[in-house]
Amino acid sequence: MNDTTLAKRETLHDWLMSDRPLSRRQASLGRAYNACRTFTRNRLAILGLLIVLALVVVALAADLLAPYSAYIGDLRTTRLLPPSSAHWFGTDDQGRDILSRIIHGSRITLFVVLLVAVLAAPIGLVVGTVAGYAGGMVDAVLMRITDIFLAFPRLILALAFVAALGPGIENAVIAIAITSWPPYARLARAETLTIRQTDYIAAVQLLGASPWRIVLRHIMPLCVSSVIVRVTLDMAGIILTAAGLGFLGLGAQPPTPEWGAMIANGRLYVLDQWWVAAAPGAAIFVVSLAFNLLGDGLRDALDPKAAK
Amino acid sequence: MVILLTYLGLLAVTFFIGRVIPVDPVLAIVGDRAPAHVIARVREELGLNKPLYQQFYIYLGKVLQGDFGTSVLTSNPVMQDIRRAFPATLELASLGILIGAGLGVPLGVWAAVRRGGLVDQVVRVTGLVGYSVPIFWLGLMALLVFYARLGWVSGPGRIDVSYEFTLVPVSGLLLLDTVMAGEWEAFANALSHLILPASLLGYFSLAYISRMTRSFMLNELAQEYVIAARAKGLSEVRIIWRHALRNAMVPLVTVIALSYAGLLEGSVLTETVFAWPGLGLYITNSLQNADMNAVLGGTIVVGSIFIGLNLLSDVLYKLLDPRTRVR
Repeated sequence: MNDTTLAKRETLHDWLMSDRPLSRRQASLGRAYNACRTFTRNRLAILGLLIVLALVVVALAADLLAPYSAYIGDLRTTRLLPPSSAHWFGTDDQGRDILSRIIHGSRITLFVVLLVAVLAAPIGLVVGTVAGYAGGMVDAVLMRITDIFLAFPRLILALAFVAALGPGIENAVIAIAITSWPPYARLARAETLTIRQTDYIAAVQLLGASPWRIVLRHIMPLCVSSVIVRVTLDMAGIILTAAGLGFLGLGAQPPTPEWGAMIANGRLYVLDQWWVAAAPGAAIFVVSLAFNLLGDGLRDALDPKAAK
Repeated sequence: MVILLTYLGLLAVTFFIGRVIPVDPVLAIVGDRAPAHVIARVREELGLNKPLYQQFYIYLGKVLQGDFGTSVLTSNPVMQDIRRAFPATLELASLGILIGAGLGVPLGVWAAVRRGGLVDQVVRVTGLVGYSVPIFWLGLMALLVFYARLGWVSGPGRIDVSYEFTLVPVSGLLLLDTVMAGEWEAFANALSHLILPASLLGYFSLAYISRMTRSFMLNELAQEYVIAARAKGLSEVRIIWRHALRNAMVPLVTVIALSYAGLLEGSVLTETVFAWPGLGLYITNSLQNADMNAVLGGTIVVGSIFIGLNLLSDVLYKLLDPRTRVR
């Protein structure tokens, strides 16, 4: 019994690792298998993945996991209590349990990261692929605009945007997205330039496909994986920027349990009640560290050229 | 050409933020109960009845003359405020980059030479932490430990109040001013205020610079001229520091210039934590009081420096790398 499963796994491994795949399915499965093997060999990347998955689970099950309310505390009995077995991370100036607030705050962090990725990556993808495929004037104009945005100071510009739009989590997301698409455009353009030389693009052109169809159906899907890697690597930066805006009072507004805003609140008590500021900062640190580790691992697995 | 376009782009974006996004700047000034003729007059005074491109043209002219309007908060011209706040930021970011480059480059070289060794691991961890930790939180925790608990450094602010009015500002850089005045006690005080925020900024640039130095050096050490130098019998020290590092310096200068620009910008959060009266604190204070003239003025100044350093790094690259010179 044991021998047969082992033998079967061996053959499956051989089938996947075959350098002469017999079908498209075998080839793509083999590539995915290979990427998985590289990824799982990187223990830190696995750790990053586990933390990110834990973040997702915590965000989804926040109501079940949080031991206390994230919004209402008891001002008479539980104000500014140090960490204890009842309140693992202590309580804040409103008597609210900090652990519960961090658990609920994970939803906001996840919301910001996903929304920025969903907004910024497609903009960069479209600009980059269109510029790369069209060439000529379109390319020159689009890339000049990208260069201009790339040379801007991102945090300051996000600050100015939020100042004009008004504080709030949605506006912070828009501001971060507006300032973070240019690297994706650069990346997508570079990929497009190599893809458009290939024979299969020439074949699709001969079949009479429209430029839009070629860009959307035949070029963009191939750029997606490298953009995803880049987005994952950028997510730590997005989290830090969002937290910075929150810290300055420009992101999520109180009483929302946003981690950056919680640090700003804890700043008032940092000398005596250090845990109010320490706990949410540690949460930001752990989550962005996880995204950095995961991004590094993904890059090594999916894009062996870029790895050093 | 690119720099001009970039600068024009920056001004266009700030113009757009300041003039187009708010619903109606006139209402913001006179309130919604003002009679129609007052609204019309204010609109005309502000030049808002002109077409948008003309407004932008007027705006350009003003900004190029250094006229960012008046700050609502301080009722000074914004340019005057910025001129007063800028030296504080310059002092902080400059010391930061000195620490970052001064430690980061040797660490990076060391990590590359002893690849996989202890220093290499330290550089790797330093980089990871530097990319992942919120700077304002680390600043708060550093204040808690080194100021409140250990008492090694002075707290928020640039200098103790007792020294503040005895100094005649010449350059606005306190370290320089106190030395020139021969006030050593004040110098020590200013340094004890400066060292913590500067080390913090230094750490963040160190994380980036050491990582880049390492990868540039690994690249250079694999080149054939290094083998040739070894074959010639040159000492390892000479090969690393005189030959390889000199070549790695070319891209490294760009990295250092860019992280200097990043520090000038990144000081917004650090200055808020340390109550450092620089440009960043000025911008955030203005933000909290909805003082748009000051915010946009600060944005333009920081943006211009940022773009300028970007350009400078390009120029330096061309100067240092003979291959990019046009023959």
